Amino acid sequence: MKIALFGNPNTGKSSVFNLLTGLRQHIGNFAGITVEKKSGSFQIDNQQHQLIDFPGVYSIYPRSKDEEVVYKVVSNSKHPDFPDLAMIVVDASNLERNLLLFTQIYDLKIPIVLVLNMWDLAQKRGINIEIEQLQSYFPSISIVTTNARIGLGKDRLIQAIKNHLLIAASNLIVEDFKLCELENKKKQEEETQFRYQFIKKIIAEIENVEKTKTDTLSRKIDKILIHPIFGYLIFSAVLFVIFQFIFSFASIPMDLIDGQTTNFSNFIANQLPDGLLNDLICQGVIPGIGGVIIFVPQIALLFLFISILEESGYLSRVVFIMDRLMRPFGLNGKSVVPLISSVACAIPGVMATRTISDWKERLITILVAPLMSCSARIPVYTLLIALVIPNQTVLGIFNLQGIVLFGLYFLGLISALFIAIILNLLIKKKEKGFLLLELPSYKMPRWPNVGINVLEKVKIFVIDAGKIILSISIILWALATFGPSGKMENAEKYVRANPSFSRLPEEEQNQKVAAARLESSYIGIFGKAIEPAIRPLGYDWKIGISLITSFAAREVFVGSLATIYAVQDDGDENLRLIDRLKAEKNNKNEPIFTLASGVSLMIFYVFAMQCMATLAVVKRETNSWKWPLIQVAFMGFMAYFGALFTFTILS
Amino acid sequence: MKLNSLTKKNFGKKVQVLKILDSTFSNKLIELGFITGQTLEVVFSAPFGDPIAIELNGSVLSLRLEEAATIEVKCINTF
Repeated sequence: MKIALFGNPNTGKSSVFNLLTGLRQHIGNFAGITVEKKSGSFQIDNQQHQLIDFPGVYSIYPRSKDEEVVYKVVSNSKHPDFPDLAMIVVDASNLERNLLLFTQIYDLKIPIVLVLNMWDLAQKRGINIEIEQLQSYFPSISIVTTNARIGLGKDRLIQAIKNHLLIAASNLIVEDFKLCELENKKKQEEETQFRYQFIKKIIAEIENVEKTKTDTLSRKIDKILIHPIFGYLIFSAVLFVIFQFIFSFASIPMDLIDGQTTNFSNFIANQLPDGLLNDLICQGVIPGIGGVIIFVPQIALLFLFISILEESGYLSRVVFIMDRLMRPFGLNGKSVVPLISSVACAIPGVMATRTISDWKERLITILVAPLMSCSARIPVYTLLIALVIPNQTVLGIFNLQGIVLFGLYFLGLISALFIAIILNLLIKKKEKGFLLLELPSYKMPRWPNVGINVLEKVKIFVIDAGKIILSISIILWALATFGPSGKMENAEKYVRANPSFSRLPEEEQNQKVAAARLESSYIGIFGKAIEPAIRPLGYDWKIGISLITSFAAREVFVGSLATIYAVQDDGDENLRLIDRLKAEKNNKNEPIFTLASGVSLMIFYVFAMQCMATLAVVKRETNSWKWPLIQVAFMGFMAYFGALFTFTILS
Repeated sequence: MKLNSLTKKNFGKKVQVLKILDSTFSNKLIELGFITGQTLEVVFSAPFGDPIAIELNGSVLSLRLEEAATIEVKCINTF
């Protein structure tokens, strides 16, 4: 049986979902729309049931992109996700607003299990609900009370599903109910008002409230967390802790993954016979997969913190105190989390914009998110800083290299906000944005919910971004492995013919050959072709090759340089590579990597959209190639002219 | 009795909704429970005074000032 899970936001819907399905969850997309579909399965008496989790909504009429799916599914009984049974989770301590969605689905004649969740909270606040009375109004439904956060009520839920007769309602609230069209807001208003009158009438009969419904504890906590000074201080402290954790602890598993990928690749290379297949697997596929997995620790940690903040109720307070500050930039309080996430990786950041109901505010957030300095820039920045910025102390306490790194991060943030202002002026829109946000009571996070959420986000990243990163990795491998017929072989012969070649140790011979082959491969040809365009920035064709390859992902830049300059990868420190790069001269015998060209490269990487995976996610989230291409264009423009400006000033 | 739109001037007072003015989000306000006759209370505001937090039926909702301005209310505790 297909069971749909509906409910308002903050009703504990996901707790009910997790309670029934445990870890047997699957993430996909709803047919025809790019909204995440979380489904899970469970068995009752050897009968398999499928549970589909829908986004939390107040009404079947949507107010944001991801809410549309509820309307699309319930309005079309032929939709593949149309349920046999709807399970509607309501917050028992706030029955009135929660019943609106219920009465809508009830009138659509979908059989219903009504789950009165947070039963304990309702009782604690002195709210008594007469269930028999409620049942008498809606005879066809089953009513269950649960306290899903602490796992209470699973048996009752299962009983209710098992014993449900699947009969449709006969005494409708709105007679001959037909859904309003999405555009007809006036009619929706009339319908909603009519429903509320009905709901108020039954609430008066079934509910009696002993004392005030106000949550006084949450109110006290809000006094501090929303305070004009402490509020922002606490938020900054929370951010500081999160980043401290991400950057200090994520590096341990990341180094491990990095090392293991190299080991594994070497191991396989020795096991398989030499040849194209060996190269494809060891230089294309395995590094490609490694390039995906390496981001998992950061993404997992980031979403661990975000889920905790979300579960506790703090995140909506962050939106509340940040909204006014973000609005002049054409952004929304809800843009804060996506932008912060983008400091780890723009991919989850862009995905996290779905909660922003206003299309323009959401679009601007998506477009500027990749300007935030993501972690893939770190290897590029650290290499270049070590190369051209002296390791000295300034003003007594500050390390110059550290200041430069901070400056690059700061530049990313400032340019994101600046571009947001410009986009806000450029993008026209018909409708005014709105916030309309609930500030739920503070709660202790439920760890199973947090864990499942983290797992989910990691899965989405590995699958969605992984596909693209892997395929680009293979394409780049092919471009670097093949060249116009004969050219690469000739280049190799030429290197080998050099009289000094045979005197070199074998390792260096191999590196020289690899460098020569790369130079005459398709990628090498591209690199040389763009040299006239990048020479004003202080780059040569070798850097050009690395710019092209790092279009897949920024961190590829370092590995590409290592290959081109025929230096063996020596792990994190890149000492050999740095020495080699320092020695690199152009045909006038001037060093290539100077302060000017080094900083120019850093500026290039602050702005350029060097990430195919983000591009693909933006395409998916905006549903067209228009926006990702505009994004590549303006970021490329900023990168080129920013780098040009820097190089000209510094040299 | 005074006619007024909902702003933080109503801070700490109980007010009653008279009317929701037409806007692109008026249907959403109504869905959240801002219906004629409903009593509300502005409980606190964000730093800079915007958005404001409104208690409605035991739960707290946040509205931008320009959203709140479309809600016409009257004070009910006039003493």
